[in-house]
Amino acid sequence: MKPVDDSSLVIENLSYRYDKDFPLALDGLSAVIRPGIVTGLVGPDGAGKTTLLRLLTGLLLPTTGSLRVFGLDTRDEAEKVHRFIGYMPQKFGLYEDLSVRQNLRLYADLHDVTGAERQRAFARLLVFTGLEPFQDRLAGRLSGGMKQKLGLACALIRKPRLLLLDEPSVGVDPVSRRELWRMVGELVDAETAVIWSTAYLDEAEKCREVLLLDGGRLLFSGPPGALTERVAGRCFQVQTIDGNRRRVLSHALQRPEVQDGIVQGRNVRIVLRPGQKPPAPALLEAGAGSRLIPVPPRFEDAYIDVLGGGPGGVSALAESISPLSGEREVTVEAVGLSKRFGDFTAVSEVGFSIRRGEIFGLLGPNGAGKSTIFKMMCGLLRPSAGSGRVSGFDLRVSPGQARSRLGYMAQKFSLYGDLSTRQNLEFFAGVYGLAGWRRKETVTRMIEIFGLYPHVRASARDLPLGFKQRLALACAVMHEPAVLFLDEPTSGVDPLTRREFWTHINGLVERGVTVLVTTHFMDEAEYCDRIGLIYRGRMIAHGVPDDLKEQVASAALPDPTLEETFIALLRQWDTERGEPS
Amino acid sequence: MVNRIIALLVKELLANLRDKRSRLVLIVPPLLQLFIFSFAATQEVKNQTLAILNLDHGRPALTLERDFAAAATFGAVRHLQRAEEIAEVIDRQQAIAVLWIPEDFSRELERGGTAQASFILDGRKTNAAQIVQGYAMRILDAYRDEWSAQGRAGGVRLEPRNWFNPNLDFRWYTVPSLVCILTTVVGLLVTSLSVAREREMGTFEQLLVSPLQPLEILIGKALPALLIAIVEGAFIVLVGVNVLGVPLNGSLPLLFASMAIFLLAIIGVGLFVSSLSMTQQQAVLGAFLFLVPATILSGFASPIENMPHWLQIFSFANPLRYFMTISRGIFLKDVSAAVVWAQTWPMAIIACVTLSLATWLFKRRME
Amino acid sequence: MNGCRRRMAALIGKEFVQILRDPSSLLIAFVLPVILLFLYGFGVSLDAREIRLGVAVRDSGEEAAGLLAAFRASPYFRTEVARDTRPLEAELLAGRLRGLVVIPQDFSRRIGKGIDPANLQVVADGSETNTANYVQNYAQGVARTWWNQRLRKTGQDLGGPELVARIWFNPELESRNSLLPGALAIIMAIIGTLLTALVVAREWERGTMEALMVTPVAITELIVGKIFPYFVLGMLAMLISVGISVTLFALPFRGSLAALLLSSGAFLLAALGQGLLISSAAKNQFLAAMAALITGFLPAFLLSGFIFEIASMPPAVRALTHIIPARYLVTNLQTVFLVGDVWSLLLPNVGILLLLAAGLFFLTAGKTAKRLR
Repeated sequence: MKPVDDSSLVIENLSYRYDKDFPLALDGLSAVIRPGIVTGLVGPDGAGKTTLLRLLTGLLLPTTGSLRVFGLDTRDEAEKVHRFIGYMPQKFGLYEDLSVRQNLRLYADLHDVTGAERQRAFARLLVFTGLEPFQDRLAGRLSGGMKQKLGLACALIRKPRLLLLDEPSVGVDPVSRRELWRMVGELVDAETAVIWSTAYLDEAEKCREVLLLDGGRLLFSGPPGALTERVAGRCFQVQTIDGNRRRVLSHALQRPEVQDGIVQGRNVRIVLRPGQKPPAPALLEAGAGSRLIPVPPRFEDAYIDVLGGGPGGVSALAESISPLSGEREVTVEAVGLSKRFGDFTAVSEVGFSIRRGEIFGLLGPNGAGKSTIFKMMCGLLRPSAGSGRVSGFDLRVSPGQARSRLGYMAQKFSLYGDLSTRQNLEFFAGVYGLAGWRRKETVTRMIEIFGLYPHVRASARDLPLGFKQRLALACAVMHEPAVLFLDEPTSGVDPLTRREFWTHINGLVERGVTVLVTTHFMDEAEYCDRIGLIYRGRMIAHGVPDDLKEQVASAALPDPTLEETFIALLRQWDTERGEPS
Repeated sequence: MVNRIIALLVKELLANLRDKRSRLVLIVPPLLQLFIFSFAATQEVKNQTLAILNLDHGRPALTLERDFAAAATFGAVRHLQRAEEIAEVIDRQQAIAVLWIPEDFSRELERGGTAQASFILDGRKTNAAQIVQGYAMRILDAYRDEWSAQGRAGGVRLEPRNWFNPNLDFRWYTVPSLVCILTTVVGLLVTSLSVAREREMGTFEQLLVSPLQPLEILIGKALPALLIAIVEGAFIVLVGVNVLGVPLNGSLPLLFASMAIFLLAIIGVGLFVSSLSMTQQQAVLGAFLFLVPATILSGFASPIENMPHWLQIFSFANPLRYFMTISRGIFLKDVSAAVVWAQTWPMAIIACVTLSLATWLFKRRME
Repeated sequence: MNGCRRRMAALIGKEFVQILRDPSSLLIAFVLPVILLFLYGFGVSLDAREIRLGVAVRDSGEEAAGLLAAFRASPYFRTEVARDTRPLEAELLAGRLRGLVVIPQDFSRRIGKGIDPANLQVVADGSETNTANYVQNYAQGVARTWWNQRLRKTGQDLGGPELVARIWFNPELESRNSLLPGALAIIMAIIGTLLTALVVAREWERGTMEALMVTPVAITELIVGKIFPYFVLGMLAMLISVGISVTLFALPFRGSLAALLLSSGAFLLAALGQGLLISSAAKNQFLAAMAALITGFLPAFLLSGFIFEIASMPPAVRALTHIIPARYLVTNLQTVFLVGDVWSLLLPNVGILLLLAAGLFFLTAGKTAKRLR
């Protein structure tokens, strides 16, 4: 008999199934999670991250296999486990109609933290999280970043031996994300185990150890560096491109020696298949002056490598539509857009214009006003001031005409869950006035292009996330709109599907479609021709991503990433106005 | 435009019938109500226990006792011994009434005087008490006729007749009323949930950015609800007539034509609630807030003419009131088109008002 | 044990803060009861007064006129008189009359002769079934009274059997007096079952339940933390409703406050148990609301015996009513209000309610482990 390891979390051959007819949510997982470090739990939505966390808390019991938390079996010793666990569920577990202090007090009482110990804990946590000035504010009125900090404070009331954080950084601005990371880092001592689940691969890179989940299976466990090692020497950047970087990417992805590639600002990043030589820049039509420079590998490159490489560079969707002719005139325009709800100003004087065949990205934390701008541009909200035009139609004067020329993909999956895939396609075709053989032909084409055939009869609700997003995109582009509005089209999906999406978007843009997109993946913002940073209802900066980076580059930060650029611009804006960051 | 509305109509029907939850809402409560109501909701009075305290051993008293004990209303009879037991039996609800025959009953009768028996009723159950009292009086009248036939004749003999429902079968009353109530529930729930559900699911935005006009969306929401509610109504009529044995004497086309107009009025209310609510929760609450008063003031549980005057005036705005009259009229009375029309035009006016209000609010809330 | 008390106090305190800040809880707990009370107080009345009655007088004799006058004087009827039956029959068909009395041509002659009884036809509109019953009863009463008076006047009163009806507790047979206690039961069923099911479902939806379950709190503490606040809320709503009923609708209150509190407290426990049981199965607000309406509100309305007679239902349904808590509350409330403290009736009912409550809590505790499924 093996001695029980009571200093760490031991997972052995763990499987979990929610219901008889469901596939395994976790499939034969074995791992050891050690205290004293932050362990990243990484994977797309539906990979099994939340399921694993719930199993660790004892809220779910393993279907097969076993799980020991510091030597305690969650099957019959869950009560003991709950005495030293700190858990922050996805929605932070806060009572929104209670104030900050009331929330803390409730969790202190429930964790038996009383007397002087409690006073000390409150004082420490309020300073630690910077929530001291907001003690009497209702939790529901806090910003996303502050909610997240309060959620963390509630989980830390009694210093836990095991801290579980379920996607703590979703929808939170990059500044708050960094602060949270710093706070958790400070907390880790030799006894505490921290599990941080995330869909962001750049966060995974910062963890000491990583469990990479995909479809319920453990793809990798160990230090992230060990994974990136796989693709060392295979990553290159095509720099000083003279010509169209999207076309360069498309050419690169069609080369047999290239397994993966993305746009990075003005450059294109490619990852080669094992043992292959990089293609000559001329083959990629990158222009005479272009160079191929080796770059350090990233976690995401390795992840794609584990999955067997990315999709090709040709979009069947773009191929199937006729190119839009015409000049590169302005097709989407916002002038002085403002929106007030009562005395709260959600958006204040935002203006931008997008030309035909251009991708414009809106970046910013949740609640900054991105969605409000988006809704005004679709004609869903009437601006308090200013105006918007789509394809030359003023949204206030002729919203109907403007709408029939745009395709819209909402942030949340927003198709009819009870209708089947085909019924959804047929419905939207009908709504956009396609009838008879044209409707039939279009629906069939969409099913083929997006590979929806195996799922045509399934209810949209039951589709895997990637297919839901594909279906949503199909419904948005069926009527061949000249303008496409995409609100966080890739949040939560796996990197392969994200690559596929961008192939389609790039292809459509090449055919003359205008794209307005919001995202909180910083690497995706690099695909955009221009971006606008939205913060507290204002557009605080806009321009070509690389120009923005140069704008904030300094001796201390010679080559800032887009996230660093973002943070620097936010700080700059805050200090200019004398507001605390 | 027609194409777009058809697309919406098909989608709406599919959404209602493919979703487990909406199927649940559409099928379970109406069926449950149909059966529970038609079996349980009866104001008839049967199977009651009667207590008899007979202190007289004369023949007339025994005959009276026998007449009461034989009445169909009373399923069981309890015999008491002492007057003190009366309070106990009534207080503890062991009997609905006590027949108390005093010891001098036969003597008085034979002497030619007035012989009084008492009939004590439990006033907690107003309706039952009232009806049992009526039965008791009828039993006594028959008894008196029998008694007086020996000596005298004359008097008044009542010939009770109940038109349209000769045996006063309560189910004949319930089923036509249920046709109204259940179509209301379905029409109201389908419409009030539909917009709120789309809002919650996020699909509403998707609809709004399409070229659909607000009016088209409204028509696309109203038509399927009308269709579903009429089908449900037809189903209840079918079950009512064939399973529960309620006669349908009048014209079916008249019934369904007036039902359509009635449903338009209800759908207007549903769409109004729907435009107002952001979540399904609020929509259910809103529908409930309309449904309960509308049912109570429809004349189903108690006649409208019993209500205070101001409330009666208020009930003129209640579409359910008119359709109740029509439904019972067509089922049991075979009323003419003119009679139906007299109840239909007020509903048509109400429909115009509720539908335009809903359209107005819907357009305003598009923001 | 100290920790246990503190945890429960924290949960209860939290719940009260939430109730006070959530308008929909306050709406269900305080506004809805008032609306329902007013509807039942004013809207539902089974007291048939001024039933519209047609009288066809086909006889011009003195006796017929006398009987007609008796009908006209009756407080139960509002009469419409015609010589011919046909126009009145049409009115009856159109629903403008509820009943029709036909005084035949030979009425006065037969009464005068005093040999054969004179026939009097009473036609009721059977499509209004309950009212039809009343029409027949009242018409009978009017004819009987008229005949007795006539006998007395002509000195022919030779006595005979007579039945004197005495209605205890509610001599005017005011239907409001028996309906309002029923409305109170419905109100408490809504608060106990619907509100509780909704708030627990909301905690599931918002993810707070998950956070609670990972703390050292025990399952019984969680249950008590939910029951206590809504018990207080339900009792408060009940007392307010009783206050309105007694002052505004002049409902008599003949029992003691103790009997009232005991009965409603026991009922509320059962209703809360039902609400918790629903929420342990239905984890979203929509399903919880549907289940609460079907298993809580509907039975309280239909099967509690406050409008519809339990004794008249088919045996299977009658058996079912024995597990409907509202049935026992309706009986107890009607008794406490109209009769007084009949402990021999009240106590067994309280006992059954407590038994039902215990059963429901037992089921709930069995179903709710500190687990997600």
